[in-house]
Amino acid sequence: MKRALAFVLLTLLPLPALGQATGDLGLVIERATGSLLLIDRSDRAALGRIEGLGDLSHASMTYSPDERFAYVFGRDGGLSKVDLIDRKVVARTLQAGNSIGGAISDDGRLVAVSNYEPGGVKVFDAETLAPVADIPAAGKTIGLVDLPGRRFAWTVWDTGEVFVGDFSAPAPQVTMIGNAGKNPFDAVLTADAHTYLVGLFGEKGVTAFDLWSDAPQPEKFLTDYGKTGEDMPVYKMPHLQGWAFTEGQFALPAVGRHEVLWVDSETHAERGTTPVHGQPVFIIAQPASPYVWVNFATPLNDTVQVIDSRDHSVVATLTPGKAILHMEFAPRGAEVWISSRDDNKVLIYDTRSREKLAEIAAQSPSGIFFTARAHQPGL
Amino acid sequence: MRSLAAALALVAAPAMAEVTPDRAAALEHMVTQDCGSCHGLTLKGGLGRPLTREALANSTPEGLALIILDGVPGTAMPPWRPLLTEDEARWIADYLTTKDTR
Repeated sequence: MKRALAFVLLTLLPLPALGQATGDLGLVIERATGSLLLIDRSDRAALGRIEGLGDLSHASMTYSPDERFAYVFGRDGGLSKVDLIDRKVVARTLQAGNSIGGAISDDGRLVAVSNYEPGGVKVFDAETLAPVADIPAAGKTIGLVDLPGRRFAWTVWDTGEVFVGDFSAPAPQVTMIGNAGKNPFDAVLTADAHTYLVGLFGEKGVTAFDLWSDAPQPEKFLTDYGKTGEDMPVYKMPHLQGWAFTEGQFALPAVGRHEVLWVDSETHAERGTTPVHGQPVFIIAQPASPYVWVNFATPLNDTVQVIDSRDHSVVATLTPGKAILHMEFAPRGAEVWISSRDDNKVLIYDTRSREKLAEIAAQSPSGIFFTARAHQPGL
Repeated sequence: MRSLAAALALVAAPAMAEVTPDRAAALEHMVTQDCGSCHGLTLKGGLGRPLTREALANSTPEGLALIILDGVPGTAMPPWRPLLTEDEARWIADYLTTKDTR
């Protein structure tokens, strides 16, 4: 690290822009053009564009512990390592035909990618992107997260199986820990790495695994939500990475219902339901507050709603722009950055006044990723 | 109103679906962006199957239009009938089966 720093100082000092600290930077996925917009959170400004990332529909990324590098997981199976300081792709491998997401190990040494075609998980050296392990699966893998001790967990859409892989020794150990249910669409890990929650599309319910336990057992809950009405078409699969955990509750997207479901995080008992504007896609907790922010599936995706987790009421309904795809909060919650794909803008809102502070031009923006994610388990 | 339009469309039985140029541009955007959420921006597949011209070689536009309108029960493919007319679904089906040659 010291040597690397000295190297950077020696070679880059004459170019101050290149010596920039990265703690308040972020990247915005520009999905149609296969590019990334490098942004500065403090300056509320775009710093530059990084190109050549391939098909970035449904792309996501994770950051190295030093917040210098982003690992970008593209739909086309591309895994790219991007240098935020030099503003370029420094390594790239086309590691599968079709992939969906990834994770970095707790020690920052390994990057794992969740693949659709061929299904499975591939693990790479974070430094070089050299292959380390290849774990095939009987279908499309989803919900890949990092666990403490250089481990990862993932789930298979086609079979419902949930796996934990331990990569701390040269030979990986992969264990099937149980079956979540029919067609799990995504999964998420609580910030304390305690509970791995798997959302189901093929049947009603959510399945929890207690990963602090030596022998985790699947526990299914919410198995009969919305049983009194007919389900509506789901025009975009909800995402679970932003699942909110506030006030001792999980805030979960109902699938096929225009509702947010509140569940006690200890007992998994339902605590309430909030009728909302559309099919929820992301439900994200505003840090240091009782509020969660929700966006919605097409065609109702011009709206964002804010819900108070104490009484489950909608306290604000905003219409920031066309095709709102993602929201990312400043780590201490002061601002939320919102991508409007069809207005080609990223909108910055003050979370107290809920007024727009600024906007940044971007090409079909989707995911927004601040470097502070580098220090959050499960991200 | 939509059902009337649909009924007229059936009576007229057009060989190719007619939509206005503005609507065609909106539909093309929808295929790329919204269908692309599951099928990939380049339509090479994702949670949904690939929709490239090669992948659809054995599909008819009529059959594809029905899948778009009514979805595929038991899968993640939803029915788009609440959002699209039959002409619009047929336009998308025609677009998917011919787009690479345009």
